[in-house]
Amino acid sequence: MTMPKTLFQKVWERHEVVPQTADTPAVLYIDLHLIHEVTSPQAFSELRSRGLPVRRLDRTLGTMDHSTPTRTEQVFGGKPITIESAAKQVKALETNCAEFGVELLDLASDKRGIVHVIGPELGATQPGKTIVCGDSHTSTHGAFGALAFGIGTTEVGHVLATQCLLQSRAKTLAINVEGTLKPGVTAKDLVLAIIGRIGVGGGTGHVIEFRGAAIRALNMDERMTVCNMSIEAGARAGMIGPDEVTFEYLKDRPRVPQGADWDKAVAEWRTLATDEGARFDREVTVDASGIEPMITWGTHPGMVAPVTGSVPATSDDPVFDRALAYMGFSAGQKLQGSPVNVVFIGSCTNSRLTDLRAAAGLLKGHKLASGVQMLVVPGSQQVKKQAEAEGLDRVFIEAGAEWRESGCSMCLGMNGDTVAKGLYSLSTSNRNFEGRQGVGARTLLASPLTAAASAVRGAITDPREFM
Amino acid sequence: MEAFTSISSRTVVLPLADIDTDQIIPARFLRTTAKDGLGKELFADWRYLADGSPNPDFVLNKPAAAGCKVLIAGDNFGCGSSREHAPWALTDFGIRAVVSTSFADIFRSNALKNGLVPVVVDKDTLQWLIGHPGTEVTVDLASSTLQLPDGRAVAFPIEPFARYCLMQGVDQLGYLLSRNAEITAYEQRHA
Repeated sequence: MTMPKTLFQKVWERHEVVPQTADTPAVLYIDLHLIHEVTSPQAFSELRSRGLPVRRLDRTLGTMDHSTPTRTEQVFGGKPITIESAAKQVKALETNCAEFGVELLDLASDKRGIVHVIGPELGATQPGKTIVCGDSHTSTHGAFGALAFGIGTTEVGHVLATQCLLQSRAKTLAINVEGTLKPGVTAKDLVLAIIGRIGVGGGTGHVIEFRGAAIRALNMDERMTVCNMSIEAGARAGMIGPDEVTFEYLKDRPRVPQGADWDKAVAEWRTLATDEGARFDREVTVDASGIEPMITWGTHPGMVAPVTGSVPATSDDPVFDRALAYMGFSAGQKLQGSPVNVVFIGSCTNSRLTDLRAAAGLLKGHKLASGVQMLVVPGSQQVKKQAEAEGLDRVFIEAGAEWRESGCSMCLGMNGDTVAKGLYSLSTSNRNFEGRQGVGARTLLASPLTAAASAVRGAITDPREFM
Repeated sequence: MEAFTSISSRTVVLPLADIDTDQIIPARFLRTTAKDGLGKELFADWRYLADGSPNPDFVLNKPAAAGCKVLIAGDNFGCGSSREHAPWALTDFGIRAVVSTSFADIFRSNALKNGLVPVVVDKDTLQWLIGHPGTEVTVDLASSTLQLPDGRAVAFPIEPFARYCLMQGVDQLGYLLSRNAEITAYEQRHA
């Protein structure tokens, strides 16, 4: 009998070109390489200086998302990108892709969007694949049972040139989420609760596999939210075993196998699930039914509490006092009712249709509280189109929110969509680091439901008050 | 890449835990297509006041920090974004080694590819270093030790392959390209 294996182990072993030795890391084959404008230019320069081509154009896909504008007139209306350095970066990606022959979903493409939203949407993201991108939130694609992780620009160059990476095998961490999430509690709350529990360095050196009844019950958008934030626990990647929900999502997507090849692919994907009795290096069990809507109060995603709770009265975290000073909070302060100035619904964490439907469902018939600015930025042009077909854009606009073109936008403010100093931003994104959304901006991470509820009240609000 | 065998330097101490790459270099400075010259933006939001002048209270702005090549920092250094601009900014500023109890995986990988050595030490050693800013230390790659002025040599783990590349001053792409036959064979098996 063969040794039972984990999902990670199976995907890893199927991609070993040269196995790891005591002296050298493994040469790992990469099935899909996603590139964007921020972390690729220096890699193309390296290729150019060495006279190397891109090895597998059929496995390389480019898009632009970080530096790109979200205002319709700048994307489609012929108005230039106002930030010169951003325009230059976008231009560099166009030039590099044209010169090397890489497929690019450019600014005007109706398939463009946040790199981690379009990969799954196109069906380019598939179970069992190795997927990399010069972006830490590549972990998102692990929701499909892919081994997907972020890399640096030097490694972007390695993959462009050789379709391979030098990698040491990570350890495995099983997070078993049992029970059922309560109404009003979302995948975002679940992953924030997990990060609060294991810490922002709790997954370092590990690939997480999210398992258990509560994970199986999530749709693909929600699973992507969970895997997306694996990196916020420090994990190399997050994965979920593919199942009928996964196959249903992927079926008939443009880049998945069709016809008899589809059946063959699904049969192959069914062999990926972790075998009964397979050993993980670590295991953590979480009870989903005990989780409340969560919100961060500090300057990393592990500084998190239930919306109905308070900032801790004390902490052994050495940066606790600094975080409170930055956030303008006091120890023990109740979170509900604390002011919110800006609301951002978007990012690779929470910009898919499930997220927009949830937020719009709550917002319908309400107006934003006076003085609140709200930005809704769909994850892709396809998400935008579908949301508009359902009338979600009308709900947001009628409530007083701005409805934008897709991109990373206010998650990191590279495109100029920033939060002003000292303001509180309730954001569905993934990082509440100092200055992440703008110099001096104060970020509160939460779910799209909590974001919508808080937009209506202009203060941190438990979304269940609207349900 | 400049070869790294051994460096001796005074330390500069930034004793915060979980220093993320958004602090090391904020996102607005990533709108570049080059990798040089980022040292001026290192820790920009901590290092400069709103008017752009240096913040005199920030440790890297103090005269004692001038010329320091070894940064001492709290647990989980380099967490967050995968931006390689973080090690580019650190090395451009002159930092060649960072000492902490742990590093985020992607930062560690990026650092090793840019001649920046992540030195992992135990909590007690880190506490001692935090308590003794400006200490003259040696980071010696041949022996994989951090040498302290009292004669202690604290061993730190480093992958043999990464160490080889650092000491030779060669990048890892050459090695990957040398495995072309195996890569081609893999592609043929999986076509």
